[in-house]
Amino acid sequence: MIRRWSAIQEWLDHRTGIATAVHKFLYEEIPASSGWHQVFGSIAVFLFLTQALTGALLAFNYAPLPGDAYNSLRYILTELTAGRLMRGLHHWGASMMIVVVVLHMVQVFLWGAYKKPRETTWMIGVVLLLLTLAYGLTGYLLPWDNRAYWGTVVTTQIINTVPVLGPYLARLLGGTGSIGVVTFVRFYGLHVLLLPPVTMLLIAFHIYLVRKHGVAPVPGDDQLPTKKFYPRQVFIDTIAIFIAFAVLFVMAVAVRVPLGQLADPTDISFTPRPEWYFLFLFQLLKLMPGPLEIVGSVVLPGLAVTALILLPFLDRGQMVKVTRRTFAFGAVLLAAIGWGSLTAAAVVSTPNEAKEMVDYSGPTDWMQLPPEEVAGIGYFHAESCISCHTVAGRGSTIGPDLANISKHRNAAWMIEHFKNPSAVRPGTSMPPIALASEQMNSLSAFLLKLTPENARSLLDDTPEFVIQGAMVFEKYACVNCHRVNGNGTQVGPPLNGVGRRRTRDWVKEHFAEPRKLSPGSIMPPYKFTPAELESITNYLFALPPDLSETLAGR
Amino acid sequence: MTEDIGTTRRRFYIGAVYALWGVITGTLGVSALVYLFLPPSMRRGEEWVDAGNVTKLAPSAPVQLFFRRTRVDGWRVLSEQGSAWVVKSQQGAVTAFGPQCTHLGCAYHWDSGNHEFICPCHSSVFSIDGDVQSGPAPRPLDRYEAKVENGKLLLGRLHVSEGKEA
Repeated sequence: MIRRWSAIQEWLDHRTGIATAVHKFLYEEIPASSGWHQVFGSIAVFLFLTQALTGALLAFNYAPLPGDAYNSLRYILTELTAGRLMRGLHHWGASMMIVVVVLHMVQVFLWGAYKKPRETTWMIGVVLLLLTLAYGLTGYLLPWDNRAYWGTVVTTQIINTVPVLGPYLARLLGGTGSIGVVTFVRFYGLHVLLLPPVTMLLIAFHIYLVRKHGVAPVPGDDQLPTKKFYPRQVFIDTIAIFIAFAVLFVMAVAVRVPLGQLADPTDISFTPRPEWYFLFLFQLLKLMPGPLEIVGSVVLPGLAVTALILLPFLDRGQMVKVTRRTFAFGAVLLAAIGWGSLTAAAVVSTPNEAKEMVDYSGPTDWMQLPPEEVAGIGYFHAESCISCHTVAGRGSTIGPDLANISKHRNAAWMIEHFKNPSAVRPGTSMPPIALASEQMNSLSAFLLKLTPENARSLLDDTPEFVIQGAMVFEKYACVNCHRVNGNGTQVGPPLNGVGRRRTRDWVKEHFAEPRKLSPGSIMPPYKFTPAELESITNYLFALPPDLSETLAGR
Repeated sequence: MTEDIGTTRRRFYIGAVYALWGVITGTLGVSALVYLFLPPSMRRGEEWVDAGNVTKLAPSAPVQLFFRRTRVDGWRVLSEQGSAWVVKSQQGAVTAFGPQCTHLGCAYHWDSGNHEFICPCHSSVFSIDGDVQSGPAPRPLDRYEAKVENGKLLLGRLHVSEGKEA
């Protein structure tokens, strides 16, 4: 058996040379100093391949057109088994790729491995870094939610400001002014058709050069015998790759990647934020207002990239031990401090509303409920109904299942029962509920909407800020004058889609002094507590702009 | 002695490399298979489609009824025209057949002269009960889940008939 196997191998090798090539690759001589500090390149290649796999799998269920892109991604996230996992792997894989590529560069930089004769290896590496960032930039638009749309509006505007080339680049990307189908398919084309083969070619060339010049030795290596790449260094690389994979997988499972509202070019309330690895540039722009803007958007990044590419020619000294490269350590430290403080400043200055976005990556059944019923979810939680009742197979079985309650009971019965359970059902162990009568109305209205299909999503996926906002809405009886989701009166304007008409600040100011902003308004001023003001504003901006859209989109 | 330690260590390295790559490719592979092959969860319950009034339908005279129905196609919900060949038995029971031949999916029609369904593509012939009489069709005609309420024919899912050779 074994003899036949080796005969087949021999035959194949004689015809293709694969086995010899693999053997040559694995038994490459590497310097004695090789070890754990050289794992990042291998991890980067592994992550690239994982991105290619998860990207292709996502593409199997993704329609690259505005609108459809969003709906198909929602379909992947809410209806396909492991769809959320695939997107998680692709999303966090992208972030991890940036981290690993930067660590790889830092290692090469600190060890001085870019020096003669490895200048071209380094320069191609810099191009690969830029390609990695280009994936991030083009992929950011593809979910086609508000974040993606507005983020890309900013990006194309910045590209437009590049001296000389800017307008041409912007035209190439299909983006002058607003972003539409043309920009979208060009970003998609770059992301899946152009960037991958270019990256693969450059990775292949990069690895070829590493092999051609050998792994960079450190001073003193020439006194020691060389080692073989296989199996020790392969083992080390594998351990590192495995750790990276484990971290990636856990993140993909545990950290939910949100999906915002469908891109809405008329939404004037949206504040775009870039992905975390571009936040430092975003913050840099904020520090350079007016005519200085171009310094932050083009000049400084351009200089940084040029310096990186030319690094092997700027530093032409002899190889020295890594522990004696004080200047290099200083440079890395300085860059890290600069990047870190800019990023931290951007994170700290993130407005609260940007954090309280509706997550459309899960079911959004709550959107179809009027505020009264959403507030009922709050009372349901506050009264801990679940500690005695079952809802869609979860909770305790002391009391009856509530998911089907609308089939047996009506609101009047429920409210009587809330007030005095034992009078309605003698012998029951349910205690009376201490809620005001409007709150009881809310709770019963919510319970009547429960079905086995929507129960879990309503109780688990309704964002807390939405419930809080709906409770404020209830408390101040906004429904007496306004309409939400088709419920309420038309004395005042309907509140769905307020984000298309007003900014957040306008709405907040309007609560305090309606007549100042809308002369002739009969709306009375409201003195909310700061928490109430935040809650109600967040809630109003989270309402579906047009209920029929969300119904059609399931 | 040193060679023994070297060999043991070498075998450990190689074993670990194979094991860890096995875990990585296994996890990714299983995830990919689950993602590709498990059907999407349907959030929309099955709906009954009104295919029209069947009170005036003559017994043993199949007619093709057309109706609009919504169909979930991936992330889209489409409203499209569907059809069924509807047969009322002498006793008044109504059966609705899917409009495609079970051979290769061509549209068949009712031949009232010979009292049979004929597929023009490869001459499959079905009886009025949908059973295969002759031709390459591998199984009887597919049937819709059907019920009659207030004279209206309501159609549910199309059930693929059991495969049995004619």
